[in-house]
Amino acid sequence: MDTKIALAGNPNSGKTTLFNALTGSSQYVGNWPGVTVEKKEGRLKGHDDVIIADLPGIYSLSPYTLEEAIARKYLTTEGPDAILNIVDGTNLERNLYLTTQLMELGIPMVVAVNMNDVIDKNGDKIDIVSLSEKLMCPVFSISALNGAGVAEAANAAVKLAKSGKRRIPRHIFKGSVEHAIAHIEEMVLHSVPEDKQRWFAVKLFERDKDIQKQLGLSEEALDHIEQDIKRCTEEMGDDAESIVTAERYAYIDSAVKKCYVRNEREMMTPSDKIDRVITNRWLALPLFAAVMFVVYYISVTTVGTILTDWTNDTLFGKIVVPAAASALEKSGCAAWLQGLLVDGIVSGVGAVLGFVPQMLVLFFFLAFLEDCGYMARIAFIMDRIFRKFGLSGKSFIPMLIGTGCGVPAIMASRTIENEHDRRMTIMTTTFIPCGAKLPIIALIAGALFPGAAWVPSSAYFVGIAAIVCSGVILKKTSMFSGDPAPFVMELPAYHMPAASNILRSMWERGSSFIKKAGTIILLSTVFVWFTSFFGWMDGSFAMLEGDQLDHSILARIGATIAWIFSPLGWGNWKAAVAAITGLVAKENVVGTFGILYGFSEVAEDGSEIWGQLRAAFTPAAAYSFLVFNLLCAPCFAAMGAIRREMNNARWFWFAIAYQTGLAYAAAFCIYQAGSLFAGGSPSAWTAVMAVVILIFFYMLFRRPREED
Amino acid sequence: METLNNVKVGDTVITVKLHGEGAVKRRIMDMGITKGTSIMVRKVAPLGDPIEVKVRGYELSIRKADAEMVEVEPREGGKL
Repeated sequence: MDTKIALAGNPNSGKTTLFNALTGSSQYVGNWPGVTVEKKEGRLKGHDDVIIADLPGIYSLSPYTLEEAIARKYLTTEGPDAILNIVDGTNLERNLYLTTQLMELGIPMVVAVNMNDVIDKNGDKIDIVSLSEKLMCPVFSISALNGAGVAEAANAAVKLAKSGKRRIPRHIFKGSVEHAIAHIEEMVLHSVPEDKQRWFAVKLFERDKDIQKQLGLSEEALDHIEQDIKRCTEEMGDDAESIVTAERYAYIDSAVKKCYVRNEREMMTPSDKIDRVITNRWLALPLFAAVMFVVYYISVTTVGTILTDWTNDTLFGKIVVPAAASALEKSGCAAWLQGLLVDGIVSGVGAVLGFVPQMLVLFFFLAFLEDCGYMARIAFIMDRIFRKFGLSGKSFIPMLIGTGCGVPAIMASRTIENEHDRRMTIMTTTFIPCGAKLPIIALIAGALFPGAAWVPSSAYFVGIAAIVCSGVILKKTSMFSGDPAPFVMELPAYHMPAASNILRSMWERGSSFIKKAGTIILLSTVFVWFTSFFGWMDGSFAMLEGDQLDHSILARIGATIAWIFSPLGWGNWKAAVAAITGLVAKENVVGTFGILYGFSEVAEDGSEIWGQLRAAFTPAAAYSFLVFNLLCAPCFAAMGAIRREMNNARWFWFAIAYQTGLAYAAAFCIYQAGSLFAGGSPSAWTAVMAVVILIFFYMLFRRPREED
Repeated sequence: METLNNVKVGDTVITVKLHGEGAVKRRIMDMGITKGTSIMVRKVAPLGDPIEVKVRGYELSIRKADAEMVEVEPREGGKL
């Protein structure tokens, strides 16, 4: 059986660096079941039978945040054989707070005090021996960055884990508190193993609801506990949670006083000096805009686009696809198989891989911004604006990237800690018109609204309005209500990130996109390929040429579902088919219209078919078509990214249904109102529109759900 | 009652008590603001909220609405 060691520590304590140093390349990255939080495991270098489980970075084992709940559940139910607790030696007090909680779990533990290089440089001293006495476990001084002491700490953890010894937690609180805890142990916890009693007793003292439920205590027992708690809280003049927290910090203060000597030096650290500029009242916003511009310019406008275009147009367009086609032709395989392999599968793979280079460039920047400490400042600077819409200040980056491409934008939401904020960002980011939607905008604007400059720019306003309204509306629903996310956030000291960490994080995110999102994109692309290249020609089912789309299965599907769109003003099958092919890639909408109106190829803005579109659409219907395509479910690649990031089928379908529903409602109201203003006569639909608008305003302005 | 959200930038105060309950209060305490802790208010974000404080040797950002839960008093000899 494998030995399991849990790696626990605060965010920004160097935990990721240590994990990389311990496991090297033997890592597997996944998600904790059903949530969007990343789970990493790896085998310890030199010990094939030891697995290191990297817990989420946490400050405490309270039941309130998702990451803490996950870590707690893992530690108490899966029972690792030992804990390796990494502690930032330059921020000892707050880091040891988690340690005092881990000490209670009854699991053997080794503490690694990180950043001994920085501590030495500052001239500070940490007395490892007396800290070890205070924490009642082996303590090592390490530097995760240069590897000093890492192997020793890991070996000690392995030895402890394999010894099978349990750890009996000891008393560290003031007499009256310990008295109450001892009472609780005696009263209700005698059936629990001795090494676990303290953990449960302290949690019961804190009135932790999850633990009360887990133990299944009777009303009577809970009443007894309540009396003990009351006696103590009255004596101490504070509530139970505050007492325990204060006692922990009091214990830490006594430990730090004994073993930490701070070298006298000037109060301003280099990090403080940097922050005087970066979060300066006047400079913060311009600097933020400049940083965002650089990230955007490089990852979307220049390098990213060059790489993506090269992958799509040159690598796949000129090399892989023609080579595959000629090889298949020479081998003399059937035309349909050639089509499936070349147009279906190879192009489908291309559609997945085409995004990867651009994503890698973006992930490089994100990893850098996160690692160096600037990402936390972004949240600090932007919080005031975004929190009104149920989003995080960090949502700004996904939205900005979304103007280029929705796929990396959705993946960029990974940097948002709070799960509600992250889900909300994933759901709303693709409302921003991405690069591939620009041809649709150009087509509609050019054909129906020549010379009206407001049409293209209104697309962005529609996107922003959709995000803001969705944020306000969704925040009030039961799915996003619940405990407000406490925005009590550490602003970590700035530091130069290690190149290996950045490259690793960039690669992990990129490859997880290929692996997890690739399948859905590939299958959907093949499906649309099949339905558009097969159909009924001259009475028999056959494979079609590219310009015979109007005989395809897809055309039949379009004709069958066209009625759905007639309240939106474009219930003809051509528009329906164009919208479906838009799911493969949004720019396909223009090309599909071209084919359906008899052109085998059209310009990017489809100027050849403007006349025909003018005949087929009223302005209101055209604008409704535009809005629907801007807001509805994004392309398959972005849907794959949503599926990957939501890590939950229900949330994925909810996101897609919400986006499509909102798109439908918005397009419907625009068409109905537009027709009315254009002099049409009111119909039954007008009444429906009024109801839809009323519901919308109700959702927007109703009072939030009361907490129960 | 003086609360943390009203402390002037640059001033250092001592925590008296945390009011309220639930996740936010617990989080504030978990991050090290407990009875008797000294807190220095570093700055206000460019848009007026949140604020940045120095506590237990590190920087913490906290919204003004949440900082209102923290009752403080002037440091001995200092002014609020």
